[in-house]
Amino acid sequence: MKAVLLGATTGMGRAIARKLASRGEALFLLGLDEEDLAKSAADLSARNPSLAPVRFAVCDLEKPETFAPALDAASEALGGFDTVIVTAAMFATQDALEDDIELARRLVTVNYANTVVFCEHARKRLLARGGGKLVVFSSVAGERGRKPVAIYGSSKAGISAYLEALDHKFYSEGLRVLCVKPGFVRTGMTAGLKAPPFAGEPEDVADTVISAMDRDESVVYAPRVWSAVMTVIRALPRAVMRKVNF
Amino acid sequence: MGKIFGWGRLGVDGRETFSEDLAKVTRGANLSRGLGRSYGDSSLPAVSTDSVINTTLANRVLSLDEESLVIRVEAGASLVELNKLLIPRGLFSPVTPGTKFVTVGGMVASDVHGKNHHREGCFGEHVRAMKIRLADDSIVECTPTVMPDLFYGTIGGMGLLGHILEVEFELRRIPSQWIWMESERVDDIDSFVSALNTAAPKFPMTMGWIDCLNRGKRMGRGILMAGRWATADEAKSRAPYELPHITVPFELPNIALNAVTAQAFNSAYYWKHLARTKVGLVGPEPFFYPLDAILEWNKVYGPRGFTQYQCVIPRHAGPPAVRAFMELLTRLGGASPLCVIKDCGPEGKGTLSFPLEGTSIAVDMAVSPDIQRIVDQLNEFVIETGGRIYLTKDRFTTKEHFRRMEPRLDRFVSLRDKYDPRRRIRSAQSVRLLGD
Ligand SMILES: Cc1cc2nc3c(=O)[nH]c(=O)nc-3n(C[C@H](O)[C@H](O)[C@H](O)COP(=O)(O)OP(=O)(O)OC[C@H]3O[C@@H](n4cnc5c(N)ncnc54)[C@H](O)[C@@H]3O)c2cc1C
Ligand SMILES: NC(=O)c1ccc[n+]([C@@H]2O[C@H](COP(=O)([O-])OP(=O)(O)OC[C@H]3O[C@@H](n4cnc5c(N)ncnc54)[C@H](OP(=O)(O)O)[C@@H]3O)[C@@H](O)[C@H]2O)c1
Repeated sequence: MKAVLLGATTGMGRAIARKLASRGEALFLLGLDEEDLAKSAADLSARNPSLAPVRFAVCDLEKPETFAPALDAASEALGGFDTVIVTAAMFATQDALEDDIELARRLVTVNYANTVVFCEHARKRLLARGGGKLVVFSSVAGERGRKPVAIYGSSKAGISAYLEALDHKFYSEGLRVLCVKPGFVRTGMTAGLKAPPFAGEPEDVADTVISAMDRDESVVYAPRVWSAVMTVIRALPRAVMRKVNF
Repeated sequence: MGKIFGWGRLGVDGRETFSEDLAKVTRGANLSRGLGRSYGDSSLPAVSTDSVINTTLANRVLSLDEESLVIRVEAGASLVELNKLLIPRGLFSPVTPGTKFVTVGGMVASDVHGKNHHREGCFGEHVRAMKIRLADDSIVECTPTVMPDLFYGTIGGMGLLGHILEVEFELRRIPSQWIWMESERVDDIDSFVSALNTAAPKFPMTMGWIDCLNRGKRMGRGILMAGRWATADEAKSRAPYELPHITVPFELPNIALNAVTAQAFNSAYYWKHLARTKVGLVGPEPFFYPLDAILEWNKVYGPRGFTQYQCVIPRHAGPPAVRAFMELLTRLGGASPLCVIKDCGPEGKGTLSFPLEGTSIAVDMAVSPDIQRIVDQLNEFVIETGGRIYLTKDRFTTKEHFRRMEPRLDRFVSLRDKYDPRRRIRSAQSVRLLGD
């Protein structure tokens, strides 16, 4: 595997990068800050002395002009890549987003519009080599319009729909799209929030996602129990959803 | 608002901020903490609104040079993770405490010691450099020669001079993944002190478990453990098995650990060691971290919580002082099955570092209405001998006792005056013991 990871300096992305590195996969990191990327690359190398050097490039989901050069740099360093994993996204509470409409604009732009644009660049490069894996983190928050995640969730609903369509459209050409739908996972992103039941750990999510990648699944809930939780939530009538606060 | 707990489970109101980016979140923060294995209030906020940074997400290895044996990590890197990485490569931390669930930042801040203190000193002795966020929000790199006062003040300084962001320290090569251990049943406290002395020149690692519930003739009976890394020839060809962990699922009622169960536990521990001496190979896990096999064992003390009293009695006070301490301890009756004895080597360079040449005794105690009186009396005794207590275990020492036992206090306060004159960085413990 030759994988490009966007957002792997922290959280679930970091956990996935460490597991892939321990399997000896060739990795290339994309993220916001050069120094931070260098530290993550050093971490992966220090943990895996026989790993090919991990290189990196700056890529900012708020700056679409960075996407193509970043992916080209990855392609050059890896000699072409067959896997792209996107964990990068913004999060803010519904209250914060309602208080600051500019933040809301940035968040939906990063999580939806610009993630789609990034994926378009990525999938074209994958298809040009005859296919490959595109793994993108959406969220269970995109499954149903819900009060506490009205804005963030809508950006994830959009990305889920896009990923499903990509799978339908390009499956026959060899593109394997995996839409990851984490439930609540204890990472820096959620550290200020009260953990609900079934909260997961990033290392376990990484195992789930990697096994779903290996088996070419197209949607995976992580932790997997969230699949059942969301079946229930999807079935709740609108009248109930108006009343409850989740 | 949630609660923040030390290992003794006496929590305070507060909220922790978790982030991979310590340089970002420690700006303006009041306290950093790691895995919360300090027993008392060292890692707890002074007031609930203080901003507390939890470092555990900052866990990257920034460099690892197997030639020069130097590693640099972010402060939240834990010994659990580092051991997994290092042991299979024939490397090990020069010093490990009795639990692997500690962060490197916590190891520096407490200047932890291990079974090899008489040979290797504390962890701080092996630190080469640190990156620290100071109270004025600047970030500095300090070493034994660059800002040495900050460097040595931070070693054992309980996080009070600045937030540790990165630590560079030396590693040791180990000849195998196994420990050659010799253990011996010891009959009483005097034999223990002399057995530790005899073992010290022969073994790089020594410590003992004392049954401190017995009084009279058998007072201080227990098991002495001495070990060294096994040579490649002695070691088994396979790696030690990873031991399963069991978790204490919920807080047990207060009654679960009373004097009777404690006594039974201790006798079982002592008599399990049927032969007077045992020798053989053990894995590093059971040797260094016997308690880690039971995750969250601190819950057995129930909601009342517990504390650990750890002091060191100077060598010059002599074995009679150790015996007298044990007598006092058993008389006061802070019943606990866990009592650890260890001889310490010379005092390190950390301004407030705990160990000094002598005998260290650590005993767990459930919190009871008597606890303040017990700790006060033990402290009075320890001060008389010229000894001191270990801050990372402490919750009940008074400001007055601390001042009397700590001749280095003025030096430490002057460092705080220099690096944090406004006392932005503080903990519940610093307010209790230093007044701010
Ligand atoms: C079962 C058990 C066995 C133990 N055995 C030993 C032993 O043999 N020898 C020994 O010396 N100790 C021992 N300890 C104590 C333990 O090693 C120390 O308390 C250690 O500091 C805990 O590390 P931590 O990451 O949990 O730190 P915490 O408990 O979270 O914090 C401890 C102190 O370090 C400070 N701190 C932590 N991280 C930072 C940072 N990044 N920057 C600035 N300050 C920071 C905190 O403010 C606090 O003052 C034991 C503890 C347990 C529970
Ligand atoms: N944690 C959960 O409970 C949960 C639940 C459902 C879905 N998810 C989704 O899972 C994914 C991973 O989240 P996580 O929990 O692992 O959180 P995380 O550690 O915060 O990961 C998010 C990453 O995105 C990066 N990022 C933010 N803005 C960016 C931008 N403009 N350009 C490039 N990178 C940017 C962040 O970089 P910096 O750190 O440098 O800012 C960070 O590395 C996200 O898509 C998230 O929405 C998480």
